[in-house]
Amino acid sequence: MIEALQFDFMRHALAAGVLVSVACGIIGVYIVVNRIVFVSGGIAHAAYGGIGLGYFLRINPVWGAIVFSLAAALGMGVVQRKTRQRADTIIGVMWAIGMAVGIVFVDLTRGYVVDLMSYLFGSILTVPRSDLVIMAVLDVVIIALVAVFYKELLAISFDETFATVENVPVDTIYIILLGMIALTVVMLMRVVGLIMVIALLTMPAAISEQFTSNLRKMMMLSIVLGIVFTTTGLWLSYALNLTSGATIILVSGGAFLLSLLYKALTRRHA
Amino acid sequence: MSIRREVIRLEDMWAGYDGEPVLESINLSIKERDFVGIIGPNGGGKTTLLKVMLGLMQPNRGRVRILGRSAAQGRRFIGYVPQQVDFDRNFPVNVYDVAMMGRLGRRGLLRRYTSEDRRAVTRALQQVEMLDMKDRPIGELSTGQRQRVYIARALATEPKILFLDEPTASVDSHVTTSIYELLRKLNEHVTILLISHDMSAISSHVKTVGCLNRRLFYHESREITPEMLEEAYHCPIDLIAHGVPHRVFAPHSGENVKA
Repeated sequence: MIEALQFDFMRHALAAGVLVSVACGIIGVYIVVNRIVFVSGGIAHAAYGGIGLGYFLRINPVWGAIVFSLAAALGMGVVQRKTRQRADTIIGVMWAIGMAVGIVFVDLTRGYVVDLMSYLFGSILTVPRSDLVIMAVLDVVIIALVAVFYKELLAISFDETFATVENVPVDTIYIILLGMIALTVVMLMRVVGLIMVIALLTMPAAISEQFTSNLRKMMMLSIVLGIVFTTTGLWLSYALNLTSGATIILVSGGAFLLSLLYKALTRRHA
Repeated sequence: MSIRREVIRLEDMWAGYDGEPVLESINLSIKERDFVGIIGPNGGGKTTLLKVMLGLMQPNRGRVRILGRSAAQGRRFIGYVPQQVDFDRNFPVNVYDVAMMGRLGRRGLLRRYTSEDRRAVTRALQQVEMLDMKDRPIGELSTGQRQRVYIARALATEPKILFLDEPTASVDSHVTTSIYELLRKLNEHVTILLISHDMSAISSHVKTVGCLNRRLFYHESREITPEMLEEAYHCPIDLIAHGVPHRVFAPHSGENVKA
């Protein structure tokens, strides 16, 4: 492992793992406690439309993904809030349309699109320095927003009706949360690919939920777990020559199952 | 007897969903330090009534005034204790932080909680005798203890009026008595309106009772008359009867009537 660190790509990959773990740890906690995994999946897949658009316009596809995922977040938030029924159907539709738009844009793009698969399955080993900068900026934005709206985010997550009675602008706060999910999804896409984004978003938070009783501590533990999972997964994929994104997910999944087992055993003795 | 100020007024208020009326022509006047219990069958519009008064739902017709203001304006004077439904035991939050949510209305966006907020929360937790448990995760509490925390959260808003939705649902009769005991103490300073389908508990603890089933039958008296029940529950009085009117007139403590 040590000798691997002499490579730029390995150092970049480790840095990317740390940077996404920060966003993932914080936002994953909100996804888990609010039970909005499905919406987050919708946002992730709709972002693919932006990747296609990015290729078509010959700009960094990350920018396209940011625009599309933010638009999807806004759209899904409005749909969830304003239509009283079948929100999940509409989210499912937007999920599929986003992907379809991406594929069609790629079809329309001249020439062979080399690393399209990397957005589906992730390619942490090819993260360029410029993407690391984007990730760091997104981390800062997410930390700042969560710090500023912490009490409102806690309130709408715990008891939205009470928050409304206390005149918290619940719809606005919810849309801000979905927007932050969109940004996190874009970062994660680079590391594990958009198909597996949801796993990395939810597993560290779901594990920490079992061992903490406070949102802040849950975020801290999730961030640490995220860093451990990405680093371990990266090392395993390097040592065994496996796809890094999938290896990271399997490491996280293994830890998640172990935590469930541990919980089941200790509960029986309690 | 001094003249008490009117704090809630509903005039010919109609409300419903998709044009289907759930509440018809509700008239209600509640004065300072009243302790009103409203009973009625499930689906009779009890929760809708609270929603309209909290500005969570617009009435189709009529007027709602909370301390002379619209519901959305007046709700900052109301401490709301919602019904405990689909509670997430794993939610990572402790008692103190839940009670602190009662200060959200005082501290708007972009403002941090102050020492004044912390004092109000400590006082509220003291009032419900839950200060010793302030660091406990909310999921570890019993239903009755959790209800006290929600009452503390409502008290932390420093309300003039308390609204409680089914405060004693799914707690045993011993806990029910202690919660009503607490409410009786709080009633020395705040007006209380609570809704429940638990007739025996309500009638033995509140000052005045109303019956709600689409229409409200409220005569500012403590007694539930067979006529009120008959009007409120329409014909199916037999279904709930089985000696219920008897218990309403002479409640036995410790008994639980569940329809």
